[in-house]
Amino acid sequence: MSAETAGSVPATRTPNVRTLKFAESIFVPVFALFGSFLIFSLFLLVIGKSPIDFFTLVWTGGFGSSFSIQQSLQRSAPLILTALAFAIPARIGLTMIGAEGALVLGGFAAAAVAIPLVTGGAAAPIAWLIMAITAMAAGGLWIGLAGWLRHYRGVNETISSLLLSYIAIAIMNFFVEGALRDPASANKPSTMPIGDAYRIGSIPGTDVHWGFAAGVALAIILFILMSRTTFGFAARMTGGNVRAAKAQGLPVGFLMVACCAIAGCCAGLAGFFEVAVIHGQANASLVAGYGFTGILVAFLARHNPLMIVPVAIIFGAIAAAGGLVQRRMGMPDATVLVLQGIIFVVLLASETLYGRLKFFQPEARGDRT
Amino acid sequence: MMDSAFITVLIAMLGGAIRVSTPFMFVALGECLTEKSGRINLGLEGNLVLGAMVAYAISFHTGNPWIGVLAAGGSGLILGALHGYICKLPKVNDIAVGIAIMSFGTGVAFFFGKPYIQPSAPRLDAIHLGDWTGNSALAQALQVNPLFFVGIILAVAMSWAFANTRWGLIVRMTGDSAASARAMGVSVDWVRFLATAAGGFLAGVGGAFLSLYYPGSWNQGLSSGQGLMAVALVIFARWDPIRCIWAALLFGAAGAIGPSLQSVGISQGYYFFNAAPYILTLFIMIASARSKGAAREVPGELSITK
Repeated sequence: MSAETAGSVPATRTPNVRTLKFAESIFVPVFALFGSFLIFSLFLLVIGKSPIDFFTLVWTGGFGSSFSIQQSLQRSAPLILTALAFAIPARIGLTMIGAEGALVLGGFAAAAVAIPLVTGGAAAPIAWLIMAITAMAAGGLWIGLAGWLRHYRGVNETISSLLLSYIAIAIMNFFVEGALRDPASANKPSTMPIGDAYRIGSIPGTDVHWGFAAGVALAIILFILMSRTTFGFAARMTGGNVRAAKAQGLPVGFLMVACCAIAGCCAGLAGFFEVAVIHGQANASLVAGYGFTGILVAFLARHNPLMIVPVAIIFGAIAAAGGLVQRRMGMPDATVLVLQGIIFVVLLASETLYGRLKFFQPEARGDRT
Repeated sequence: MMDSAFITVLIAMLGGAIRVSTPFMFVALGECLTEKSGRINLGLEGNLVLGAMVAYAISFHTGNPWIGVLAAGGSGLILGALHGYICKLPKVNDIAVGIAIMSFGTGVAFFFGKPYIQPSAPRLDAIHLGDWTGNSALAQALQVNPLFFVGIILAVAMSWAFANTRWGLIVRMTGDSAASARAMGVSVDWVRFLATAAGGFLAGVGGAFLSLYYPGSWNQGLSSGQGLMAVALVIFARWDPIRCIWAALLFGAAGAIGPSLQSVGISQGYYFFNAAPYILTLFIMIASARSKGAAREVPGELSITK
């Protein structure tokens, strides 16, 4: 919708390059989204299901009632944070895919540091603060390490962050199966539960937990940081051209490590909320693929922290509607995974459209500003 | 007493390494071929899971597991071709496309795989290499699946082809310098498309091994990230098919340490052995990142090593 309004600027007024670029960055993802809905509808027709029923159900399950909206927001919380963890390094030119590991490590660190706090009877808000800081520190250290290796040792950050993810998961498993295992967790090794008194509740008047609020707040803060401060300007310049940035005397190494550490903090915080809100302890459930879905959310949002929030909510809604689709249409719960997969593939293929649609090119319109 | 426990662990590890390493071998060889052509495919996890599901389903319906293996390769070929086609488009990020393919492939596999979790399909038979020893533990460890040997033959053939054939030279040239490949009149996009599709085929076969031999059933938690680790394996093997076999065996052995220790009653602390190959790969990357000698082995066009 907004693509049309932004694109159909009256011909009498000359749209400037910024407006055109913005319109393009809205139009292409929306086009890709509808393209993938079309492909998925064809898929449904082939297997003999009604696309209209499906999308009606997704709408009902995702946004139909205040309950389902709250469910969607709930599910979007970790996605906002892991998407930020991909988007911020992407702005400085790094492809960092280790959010999964930083989330797991952050969640585990929070659960581990909670053990003495809970047994010592610390006040809940203080315990939360310490847990959150520990989780962010653990995540920040992890992704920051990948950034450091990249700049100072020339190690490719994509692969090192992937490897570090596996190492993080192994660290959690090691402690969860060993020293920090709760003897009561027989089939699924876990850390000691933090207990109901230390579980974080919902935002008053809703069922939405505080992780969503934290995600939105961080998205706004990081948007301001990346587009309204010298730090953000320097980071984006480094992302555009490292050599030029070095020639200008920018502290490239510091910027890279800082952006990666921020990213890790976001993912670590997601882990903290998973533990303090959802699971109440650290175990293998933390390895839920949020890190990888976050990457694709960040791509759909064009690495813009503010756009990440609505995109994450859309994916949260699709995930939240999964149960309803399963019950009403008798389709497997993996249906939403197929839809997500199609969206991701089409979306990334649509990246090729940037700069190719004549309508959005000022040169082609003959009104260079 | 200590000695016999030690030998039990060693034998269990040998058998485990051979069993666990086979899927690693196929994804690594597939990834190696793709990366040699100058492109990286992070989506082989999707091929692996889809391959496992397709192999199981086809084996169940036809009663012949080998048709299942071929079908798994075919499904991997399609996913690889999809990756190769999308990456041909300008401005598309091959790493992100890989993650999208991974998510698409696993989604499709879980969607169509639901009805096959319960029924049991005919599985691949093993070749009994150790029956003559008269030692039941050793005999069990030496039950080797034919796909293991297929993988080794394939690695030798690939290694030979890279060095001695026109096709091998074209793939290597495309991977080292797209500009010189173009100057020779080679279509870079086409070579990479074929290499990605063929690599996808191999990863699909690796998936078939998972569902039809070891662990030998289909469920959603079947793969433990073997496809995703293919990239690390190939770096570990420095883009050499023969070394891919050794790397796969090493990764397999590390994965087999846990269950082998469990067989003698040690059930804790082996997670670090599981993580050992990843730590080792990371150190190799750190050590070789700035070395000129190591840089010679890396395909020059690869986005992850620039």
